Amino acid sequence: MISIIDYGAGNLKSVKNALDYLKADCRITDKAADIQNADRLILPGDGSFGYMMENLEKKNLITPIKSFIRSGKPFLGICLGLQALFEESEESPGVKGLGIFRGKVVRFQKGKIPQIGWNKIIPAKGNIFREGYVYFVNSYYAVPEDKSVIVSVADYYGDFASAIECKNVLAMQFHPERSGKCGLDILERWLQC
Amino acid sequence: MLAKRIIPCLDIKNGSVVKGKRFGNLKYAGNPLELAKRYYGQGADELVFLDINASYEGRKTTLSLVEEIGKNIFIPFTVGGGIQTIKDIRKILNAGADKISINTSAIKNPAIIKKASKQFGSQCIVVAIDAKRNGKNWEVYIEGGRKPTGIDVLQWAKQIEKLGAGEILLTSIDKDGTKEGYDLELTKKVSETINIPVIASGGANNLKSILDVFRKGKADAALAASIFHYKKFSIGQVKKYLLKNKIRVRK
Repeated sequence: MISIIDYGAGNLKSVKNALDYLKADCRITDKAADIQNADRLILPGDGSFGYMMENLEKKNLITPIKSFIRSGKPFLGICLGLQALFEESEESPGVKGLGIFRGKVVRFQKGKIPQIGWNKIIPAKGNIFREGYVYFVNSYYAVPEDKSVIVSVADYYGDFASAIECKNVLAMQFHPERSGKCGLDILERWLQC
Repeated sequence: MLAKRIIPCLDIKNGSVVKGKRFGNLKYAGNPLELAKRYYGQGADELVFLDINASYEGRKTTLSLVEEIGKNIFIPFTVGGGIQTIKDIRKILNAGADKISINTSAIKNPAIIKKASKQFGSQCIVVAIDAKRNGKNWEVYIEGGRKPTGIDVLQWAKQIEKLGAGEILLTSIDKDGTKEGYDLELTKKVSETINIPVIASGGANNLKSILDVFRKGKADAALAASIFHYKKFSIGQVKKYLLKNKIRVRK
């Protein structure tokens, strides 16, 4: 069973719709027990960094998420769910992130902000990603201290990390559930690994 | 870099897709789910649904339609029409829409833009502007293009950005359904005035009009209805033409 974390915002339904389409058992939940006993965990995301962390804390979900990640079971962060894995974000100064990855989340400096639309991802390593267009909606992007966790990049007035991976944790800055066949294929490969 | 987006628009009334001219003369144009699937299959980058029902019952039908569509297409989709409150927005997003579009209620109560962007994120708040030329400038119209507001389009666009909206859906009332091409001057002015993406709408007639709205109008996305509903062109044909003309699109 896959648990999709409900923290009171975000496009949970579209993540569930995509997994249903791929015939993967999943549920939307905000219960610690459902996180603990899930086989896979997804932290989707929309909204602001501060709003997300505040709500995860209010719902007492931070400890269960961290211990799930430590358990070694597959974890997937999407969009803000990627950014939340870092220590801090320029979007919400003073708010602590989950701190799974060292580094911070910064704002784009050029072009129209937010970046909204289809951008090409270039895989750097691993076997989840293929070169292709996926759907992004973000004003901020993560800058990991350890560059080796970057598994794919994209270009928005300069390269930025479009996906990161370390052991059981995979996270994408784009929305695979909204990226047509290219995105569904990525999710399917994640479900198989 | 980002690809330019091609967005088919479905105006929905009583469970059917309709299409009019200059915001009037509605005609049946198809079944929403069938059209949504067709456009998804053809490579649409997003879909926009505008609920033009006036009744409560009609709106409920649209909501269940949103749920059904979300299960069948895996690209972003925006739902607009008649949204007045934060509660309305939540209902639509919960049904599976990725973004909502507000128009009349944003003019009547601009604070809703700020509140909604804060709560749901800028990325899912699209503000639609219906613009009509008035001498050298453009004026904002509301209530489905029926009521002038006296507000200048460029000023309003700036305010929308400041209030936190993620995108502007800009429709030219003068061009809507006329097949005369987009209002390039209007689109360019708005796109260069603000720093959030602009979706141009109203007037798409042939392949060149879409090329023009990107090249000359500086639009980030082009929305069209009739040319797709009546199969004048497929989305694939539009993209092929744009690629040939060196416009970056998603294949």
